[in-house]
Amino acid sequence: MRVELVRRGERSAAMAYLSPLLALLLTLIGGALIVIVWRLSTVDLSNPETGGFFGALQQGFVDYGRFLYVFFIEPLTELWSLEELVAKATPIILVAIGLSLCYLSNTWNIGAEGQIAVGAITGSILPIFFPDWHGPLMLPAMLVLGILGGMAYAAIPALLKIRFGTNEILTSLMLVYVAQLFLDYLARGPWRNPEGHNFPDSRPFDDGQLLPTLFGTNIRISLTFVFIAAFAAWFLMRWTKMGFQIKVLGQAPRAGAFAGFSQNRMVLLTFLISGALAGLAGICEVAGPIGQLRTSVSPGYGFTAIIVAFLGRLNPIGAIFAGFLLALSYLGGEGAQVALGMSDQTTRVFQGMLLFFVLACDSLIFYRLQIVRNPAMQTGTVSS
Amino acid sequence: MELILGRADSARPSRQRPESPPLLHAVGITKMFGAFKANDGIDLAIRPGEIHALLGENGAGKSTLVKILYGVLQPTEGRILWKGQPVGVPNPSAARRLGVGMVFQHFSLFEALTVVENIALALSDRKSRSALAREIEKISLEYGLPLNPSSVVADLSVGERQRVEIVRCLLQNPELIIMDEPTSVLTPQEADDLFVTLDRLTARGCAVLYISHRLEEVKRICHHATILRHGKVVSECDPQKETAAKLATMMVGAEVRRLSSDLPPPQNTRTRLSVRDLSLPQPHPFAVALNNITLEVKAGEVMGIAGIAGNGQDELFDALSGERTCGTAALVSIDGKSCGNIGVTARRRLGAAFVPEERLGHGAVPRMRLSDNVLLTRHATGDHLLRGGVLDPDAARQLADRVSRSFDVRKGTPDPEAGSLSGGNLQKFVVGREIDRQPGVLVVSQPTWGVDAGAAAIIRQALIDLARSGSAILVISQDLDEVLEIADHVAVISKGHLSPSRPTSGLTREEIGLLMGGMGEPLAADRGAVHAG
Amino acid sequence: MTALMLEGILLTIITAATPLLFASIGELVTERSGVLNLGVEGMMAMGAVIGFAVAHSTGNIALGVVGAIFAGMAMAALFGVVTLIFVANQVASGLALTLFGLGLSGLIGDAFVGVPGAGLARVSIPGLSDLPVIGLLFRLDPLTYLAVAITIAVSWFLFRTRGGLILRAVGDSHVSAHALGYSVIRVRFMAVLFGGACSGLAGAYLSLVYTPQWTQAMTAGRGWIALALVVFGTWLPGRVAVGALLFGGVSILQLHAQALGVGVPSQFLSALPYLTTVIVLVIISRNRALVRANTPAALGQSFVPDR
Repeated sequence: MRVELVRRGERSAAMAYLSPLLALLLTLIGGALIVIVWRLSTVDLSNPETGGFFGALQQGFVDYGRFLYVFFIEPLTELWSLEELVAKATPIILVAIGLSLCYLSNTWNIGAEGQIAVGAITGSILPIFFPDWHGPLMLPAMLVLGILGGMAYAAIPALLKIRFGTNEILTSLMLVYVAQLFLDYLARGPWRNPEGHNFPDSRPFDDGQLLPTLFGTNIRISLTFVFIAAFAAWFLMRWTKMGFQIKVLGQAPRAGAFAGFSQNRMVLLTFLISGALAGLAGICEVAGPIGQLRTSVSPGYGFTAIIVAFLGRLNPIGAIFAGFLLALSYLGGEGAQVALGMSDQTTRVFQGMLLFFVLACDSLIFYRLQIVRNPAMQTGTVSS
Repeated sequence: MELILGRADSARPSRQRPESPPLLHAVGITKMFGAFKANDGIDLAIRPGEIHALLGENGAGKSTLVKILYGVLQPTEGRILWKGQPVGVPNPSAARRLGVGMVFQHFSLFEALTVVENIALALSDRKSRSALAREIEKISLEYGLPLNPSSVVADLSVGERQRVEIVRCLLQNPELIIMDEPTSVLTPQEADDLFVTLDRLTARGCAVLYISHRLEEVKRICHHATILRHGKVVSECDPQKETAAKLATMMVGAEVRRLSSDLPPPQNTRTRLSVRDLSLPQPHPFAVALNNITLEVKAGEVMGIAGIAGNGQDELFDALSGERTCGTAALVSIDGKSCGNIGVTARRRLGAAFVPEERLGHGAVPRMRLSDNVLLTRHATGDHLLRGGVLDPDAARQLADRVSRSFDVRKGTPDPEAGSLSGGNLQKFVVGREIDRQPGVLVVSQPTWGVDAGAAAIIRQALIDLARSGSAILVISQDLDEVLEIADHVAVISKGHLSPSRPTSGLTREEIGLLMGGMGEPLAADRGAVHAG
Repeated sequence: MTALMLEGILLTIITAATPLLFASIGELVTERSGVLNLGVEGMMAMGAVIGFAVAHSTGNIALGVVGAIFAGMAMAALFGVVTLIFVANQVASGLALTLFGLGLSGLIGDAFVGVPGAGLARVSIPGLSDLPVIGLLFRLDPLTYLAVAITIAVSWFLFRTRGGLILRAVGDSHVSAHALGYSVIRVRFMAVLFGGACSGLAGAYLSLVYTPQWTQAMTAGRGWIALALVVFGTWLPGRVAVGALLFGGVSILQLHAQALGVGVPSQFLSALPYLTTVIVLVIISRNRALVRANTPAALGQSFVPDR
């Protein structure tokens, strides 16, 4: 008996919705294994006071219960943590929307983390060189510069691919390291705050250089950018010829060329869109929750967004839901660190595991599993 | 040259089916794909020393049956007897150990590897490469299949590739060779050479299972025929004693529709598509360069371009459609407007339409619905599929329905994904999508490749009807019968050169065959010499 | 420049090149079978942490190396199941493997941060190791010898053995290989596992030899550079080895420049290997004929046999 994949005639509409949920369930099961194994590894199994192996196992299950609570429930119970959730979800979703378009067109921008950094840098030029300018145009100008910076940086791998056929996966990723090092250089070197007691930060931005908050909470106006971008991207994909081009070129490049669509233009376009949104996310971090330019402006949002894009089925609206879930994993990771003493890397383990399961479960949209019992004539070749 | 023609015409010994117990006997073979029965209780007995034809339309279940015999697929029910003993064939190596060899229709060769490496992969015993190379040379001499063991397959012509497949098969000393549509890629002369090889094989007691839908060929070389329809054996016969029409009726299950073109092609009409001295370099190392292509298609006529696969057809299609543009506008013109330098969308706006050879992934996106696939070629041709820049899905669906109705596209759901249609139905859709526009110029590559007889008849009729209504049609096809059936003029493409076109009437298969083999120049220069010789 | 200094520089270049060589030769075999595994960085990180953890807790470096190999293979097996059996997109799955590997290695390595490790002793070959300058080639650590041996063995396997022929055939056309009766998925799975083992070795080299300790994200993008090296070497082991030395040279150059205090900010020098990678990729991809001739034709394509 064995399990085989069998191609479906058409894609399964039900599975398109069920597969992310199934992936989430599998991730929770995988997470339980990791927490329990971690617990078993931290206690002395020969010590009778902790109840030996079974005591530790029991403790592991208790820990997992607490883990689930601090991971998924606790951050939703208080206003400040909800605000924090929105703050983390905002850049992730913005980037993920752009990446969704890229991946739909079969173009692989995995350097959003670097484009975030460059957006943060270019967006910070004005407040750093003109610290006293607080006019109404300051903030819009900062945002535009951030967007342009992200676009320009994303254009590099796109143009190299178009002109020379260079693999965009590797170049966009290499440029992440370059951007991060450059940011590090600026924050420690020329852009460091002269009155900052040698901390590697820029001068703090002040009113008129920071994004306004909404409804008297700490939630910033950048949240509305998320909804605007998601709606615009959804409209683009669902109702315009441009969206149709992206889908056709992503699924069947030859058919795209036959339809008269240009692969090169689409590579550039999707890189520019995703770079723009990553740049926007970068400047929104600096002009938002961080409030100044630092040696690092993102704890890996650009990579998390890759997972969000896939978990959201490369759909801009799906990215919103997936983005909040992954933002929760950042808060949950911090919670698990405090409550259980687990490493802050727990978050990344969960994120990686989730992406794996999402990708594997996606196969169920186009294939179904079939259990084969006693496949015909499995035995010897010649029975004479 | 005389030799080639002479052998083709020479009388063959009368073919008697050998009286001996079957070498291979398949009993009650059934194969299910989901709910679909590809093979339904098939019985087949092949005797040693015979060429046994397996006849049937596309989709009749021939390929499935053959894959089961060769161990690529497993039957759902049924058993296989080899020399009277029940055997299992779990994989192709098991089949090879039994003594079954196979020459695939779509070759199972590795382009990046050399001939000797390709052959070594199919042999289970480990010989040194040099020993193997010597054996290859010996076998190819013996059977008249010249090959250089150290060439890389990517550099070989289609005919040479088939030789690699055959030599690979012969080196295993098979008692049964399965050949899937072996002549579909050969010139008539190359096919004659193949038949000589087959005669030598059967003379040594080797059996051949010969899959084909070319009835004349089957009548000529086969001792016995088994005919499949809808996955079942419908008849067995001696093909030499039946007429081609009778065999066709058995295959299709009804009288084959004859094409009707009541009107003769109009005379002295204007030129709608013309190409002048078009030369394009190879786009990549494995492609063909086009050399001084010149052609003209007039309103009301169907022009055919015959040729063996891989002689520049794809490159010519891309240059005509504008998927690949050429620097100078004047090289290609549609209705008198120069368009060599503009892309496919602009050429469509001039009234041209195109149908590429590959349906899936080129002519249609497999995982998109028919209504989306309509948009693929008609998004900019004034069909109102966009309103103010916004897509109009209802209009696209109506258009898809109209195409489906007029071309009898059978589909399970109202708007299925293109990839879920059968080959014939998808081809009707892809051709219908263009004809629905009533284009002034239509360029079609392989209009009926891998399509059942019913769908092929509908498509060919539609092409002729479109031409008679005043359009210019260019058909690029490897199927010589198709070209002779529907074209008014024919030219042959060979190694990127196109021969001058000639009226189809009065042209024989042999004459076209010589052009296809790359002998265009002497034939064009001095036809008399060939006939005299 | 004295011979001693020259020797020192050469030695550092070789040690910097060794992990790149391990990882890129493993990936070369994987890609030759038609599978693109972008998870090298994650597999390396797991190799590094497991290698260190096993060596630290058993006190036996050889066991650590074996542990790293198994860690890399376990990660590769995960990738193999998802991409070969569940036919998931290879690019996305490779990214997932990297994210997962970096995270899990961090989680496991938490307990080992700041723990000093024992380096691996060098092995001298008597007679040869006393030669001036080139003598240093005969007193290297055993893992470097292993890397060279693996490179030669892979080259021999790919182009001189039947197994290598089958591997290349599967990478050229999985449809043809399947029609001839080869198990495409089994061949690919083994190639993926080999790639994982090599990446694990590369990680072990980092945490046991290069800097004998564990730190977060100590792979520092080397897995990605290894991927670029495979393209740079146009899927030929010899050229990949040359590329590994070249990149080892660049990374050592920037370290020496930083140490000498040239008037360039250290961040710019640190960015040098990454920028070099981009430039080298551009140069090599400009020559499309060369790249196309050796690229496995089925690279990155999923295979589902009809049954």
